[in-house]
Amino acid sequence: MSTMSETHTKMARFETAGAIDCDVHPPTPRRADLIPYLDDYWQEIVTSREVDVLELMGYPERTRPYMRPDWTWSGDPLAQMQKNLLDPLGLEGAILNVVSGAHALFDPYLAAAICRATNDWLADKWLSRDRRLRASMLVPFQNVEAAVEEIERRAEDKRFVQVLTLAMTELPLGRRTYWPIYEAAEKHGLPIGIHAGSNFRHAPSHSGFHSFLIEDHVVQPQGFSTQVASLISEGVFVKYPKLKAVMIESGVTWMPALMWRMSKDWRGTRIEVPWVKDAPADIIRRHIRMTSQPFDGPDDVEDVAKTLDHLLSDDMLLFSSDYPHWHFEGLDVLPEGLPEAKVNKILRDNVLATYPRFGG
Amino acid sequence: METPVLERGQEKAQTQGVVDCDVHPAFSRPDQLLDYLPERWKTHVRDFAVRTANPLLGTLPYPRMTPGNGMRRDSWPPNGGPPASDLAFLQQQLLDQCNIDYGILQPLAAGSVAFNQELGAALCAALNDWQIDKFAGPEPRLKASICVPQEDARESVAEIDRRVTDRRFVQIAMPPRTLEPCGRRRYWPIYEAAEHYGLPIGLHTSAFGYRPNTPSGWSSFYLEEHYAASNSLQTVLSSMILEGVFEQFPKLKIVLVEGGFSWLPSLVWRLDREWKRMRDEVPHVKRKPSEYVRENFWYTTQPIEEPENNRHLLDILRWIGTGRLMFSTDYPHWDFDDPRFAFKVPLTQAERSAIFRDNAVDLFGLK
Repeated sequence: MSTMSETHTKMARFETAGAIDCDVHPPTPRRADLIPYLDDYWQEIVTSREVDVLELMGYPERTRPYMRPDWTWSGDPLAQMQKNLLDPLGLEGAILNVVSGAHALFDPYLAAAICRATNDWLADKWLSRDRRLRASMLVPFQNVEAAVEEIERRAEDKRFVQVLTLAMTELPLGRRTYWPIYEAAEKHGLPIGIHAGSNFRHAPSHSGFHSFLIEDHVVQPQGFSTQVASLISEGVFVKYPKLKAVMIESGVTWMPALMWRMSKDWRGTRIEVPWVKDAPADIIRRHIRMTSQPFDGPDDVEDVAKTLDHLLSDDMLLFSSDYPHWHFEGLDVLPEGLPEAKVNKILRDNVLATYPRFGG
Repeated sequence: METPVLERGQEKAQTQGVVDCDVHPAFSRPDQLLDYLPERWKTHVRDFAVRTANPLLGTLPYPRMTPGNGMRRDSWPPNGGPPASDLAFLQQQLLDQCNIDYGILQPLAAGSVAFNQELGAALCAALNDWQIDKFAGPEPRLKASICVPQEDARESVAEIDRRVTDRRFVQIAMPPRTLEPCGRRRYWPIYEAAEHYGLPIGLHTSAFGYRPNTPSGWSSFYLEEHYAASNSLQTVLSSMILEGVFEQFPKLKIVLVEGGFSWLPSLVWRLDREWKRMRDEVPHVKRKPSEYVRENFWYTTQPIEEPENNRHLLDILRWIGTGRLMFSTDYPHWDFDDPRFAFKVPLTQAERSAIFRDNAVDLFGLK
């Protein structure tokens, strides 16, 4: 437990640094929220076909682990977020991520309509009400043509700083099917945000669906690591050299093991992927970023610095609170044991280097 | 990027012999296993083939880079036949040259993943006879694994019962890519038998399975598959702990084979962190996951991770502890780890002995 003055010093640093939080969550909009942004046809569809609560089974945001008891969405969720997080930490900015059932809808046209309406709702009800806020745009990966259209439609609005998808998708994200999305994203300076969660197109494990929600949480790094492997192996970063991908809510410390194994395996298997000219670990350091909460850290906080040393890069970690999920108490938002020398880069410099549209 | 520094040779003199926990025996001809099948199944296999989840009949779904489905190029026996099919050459190239006192056989043929469950059971029995006949019988340094058709727990237990008095078998073998998460109760009779007989269960990564190799579907390349295979071992560990297997079978010993080990610390920190906030969902999990990890799991080392700064491996070893790592070569596969050169970090003599010999001697009762 920190003393009051320690708490004040800790919190002042966020304001002094101009900290930017790369992962905060508004509640997923309900039907009533989206109706104003849907045309007559889609209003009729979502009403008569009962499309209302769009929550992912593998990421149920109204269950206990996703909602700290003192951080509810009751009343005006934006006012709550301001009171609980943005104001007390004096944050310069925060990126809104809607982790919604839109990612899992099967109907590619319904998915496109819901993504578009959600983005309109974000702009109207969140971004325009607080200048500190930015957002990830939802695009239908189920419908690549519509996804590109949505990126082009939003591109002028610089408050959208990223394109969002999930750690567990219908196809591995490196597949060419998705390349038009990456082409548009690269063109407009939008990183691809890969957020924890599954659309359940496939079982989360090699052995099928899990019995418990805790297992769906534990398995997430398998999704992240295989998405990174896919993006590298398929040559996405060769084709789109300015593209970055941000692993959001990944746990962070799974990464060095992937870097070591992939670089070693690549030396023996590279005839299979001749377009991959650099060691995967180098490609990862150039193109992959990770948000800081949750952080799967060692029991001994002295060892936290070592887990970051293993990356051989100070550029990869981006500050996030994962508000309002329940990972820490009070405003102890930084993983304990982060080396002081790296904190300012994590709070701001790395974020600005990753999101060129910030401030634009 | 820091330049890799080689630290070979420091205290490398291994005076006592090594235990190799992952040796792959091979058939001298593709249909050799048929010799060990009853007539009914011999005919069946010839007429209808062995059906598995591999979409290709006769080729690996992720073809390897070297001939023989990914063999060391120098491992072809001078007398003919595929690598690791000729006992004399295996003795010379692996056991003698690498100073290996004991090698644990890990057969990779399709018994445990055959769609036809009865055929699968027959294939497992045939593999068990073949290991003894061609390898563990004539060469006492080689120890066999009881292959079981794990989707049929009753038949698996029957096969364990039939083999357990033959001390040349030192573990039970099943694949990690089970049809359901392997902590589920349908597999518990196998765990009950293993605990009862004091036999470890070795779960070796497999080349294909019932489910996609990533949570986003099938990868395109072997480069992706090779790492993803270790994910199946992570699922074994978390499923068995979170389903409460070790509350029911506290003495059960699980060996995770051919997945490396550098992923383990992060996974264990994650399990503990999630358990702290989610434990009400799994009240049958009485203790911190890391406690079960410490008591019930062992890991073979190959393919050993090679950090760019090789000293980073020392951090991993400190976090895992050297008491549960067991050296393995994966002979005769292309990514073989040679006991004379693997572990490019300085280890104390006690750590070397533990990893290269003592841990396996204790676990498998090799005296």
